[in-house]
Amino acid sequence: MSNAVSALQGKVAPGEVTIREAGLQGMIILRGDLADKKLRAVCTGISGVGFPAQGQANSEGKKGLCWMSPDEILVLVPYDEVAEAIAAIDKALTGTHYLAENVSDARAVLIVEGAFCREVIAKLAPVDLHPDTFKPGDFRRTRLGQVAAAFWMRDEDTFQVICFRSVAEYAFNLLAASAKAGQVGYFPS
Amino acid sequence: MLTLHCPYCGVDADETDLHAGGEAHLKREGPGASDVDFEDYLFMRENPKGVHFERWRHAYGCGKWFLAARCTNTLQVFGTYPAQTLEPPQEIKDKISAARPGWSWGNLT
Repeated sequence: MSNAVSALQGKVAPGEVTIREAGLQGMIILRGDLADKKLRAVCTGISGVGFPAQGQANSEGKKGLCWMSPDEILVLVPYDEVAEAIAAIDKALTGTHYLAENVSDARAVLIVEGAFCREVIAKLAPVDLHPDTFKPGDFRRTRLGQVAAAFWMRDEDTFQVICFRSVAEYAFNLLAASAKAGQVGYFPS
Repeated sequence: MLTLHCPYCGVDADETDLHAGGEAHLKREGPGASDVDFEDYLFMRENPKGVHFERWRHAYGCGKWFLAARCTNTLQVFGTYPAQTLEPPQEIKDKISAARPGWSWGNLT
C-alpha cells in the first residue's frame, strides 16, 4: 500500500486561536435510510457514539457520527480502520438500498482551537453562531469563504472543520487569517 | 439578503448557501404533447411582482431541492416546503391569503 499523507501533513498556525490540520482521519460517507435500525446499529457499533439527531454530530477522539442530510451520515473512524468499518457496514446492510464510500483521502480535517474560535468561524460562514443558537454538538454544512465546508463544535473552545482536500490550503489560510485578525468581541463570553 | 428555512435539514440558510432553480410547480410536457403545450412548458414562465413560487437547492448544505413561496416585491417569505408535491400546502396558501388577499399565481389562488 502507498504511504498515505493528509492534505497539509499536520500544518499548524499557532496563536490565540490555533489552526491545526488534524492529519489522517478515516471518513466514510454512508447514504441510506437513516431511520433503518440496522443502519443505526452498525453506525453506533463502529463509532462507539450515539446516533446524532438532525443537524448534530457526536464525536469522541477520532471516532464519530455526523448528520449530513436526511439520507446521509458521515462515519468517522481512525484512518487504519476504514476498510474494516466498510466491511462491517456491507455485512450489516446487505440487501438494503445504501451506499458506503471511503472518502478519507478526498477530504481534509482542520481543528480550530482557542478562546474565540467561535468568532474565527463566524467571520467566514453565513451561519448564526451565537452561543445560544450554536452549541457543542451542533453540526452545519455550509461554506467557509468561497468553499464548501462542514463544521461542528467538539466543545466550547474547539471547532472541527471538514473540507475537500483540494481546497484544504485555502481553508487553512482563511481560518489562520481570521484567527490572526483577532477577536471581534461580538459574542458574550 | 434572502434567508430561507430548509425543510430537510431544518436550518435557516442564507442566500449564498442556496442555488436558485427557477419557477416551481412546472408540469412537464412529454412526448405526445402539442407544440403549444411543449412551448409553454419549456419557455413560458410567470414573472410576477408579488407572490411567487420558486425552486431552491440547499447547495452548500444538505443538497436537497425544496420549494419556497415568497413575494418578489418585498422579499417577504411566506414559507418553504419539500419539493415532492404538486401544489403548495394549504397552510402556506393560508399564510399568503392572510398577507396578500386575492392573490393568484398561474392556476393557484
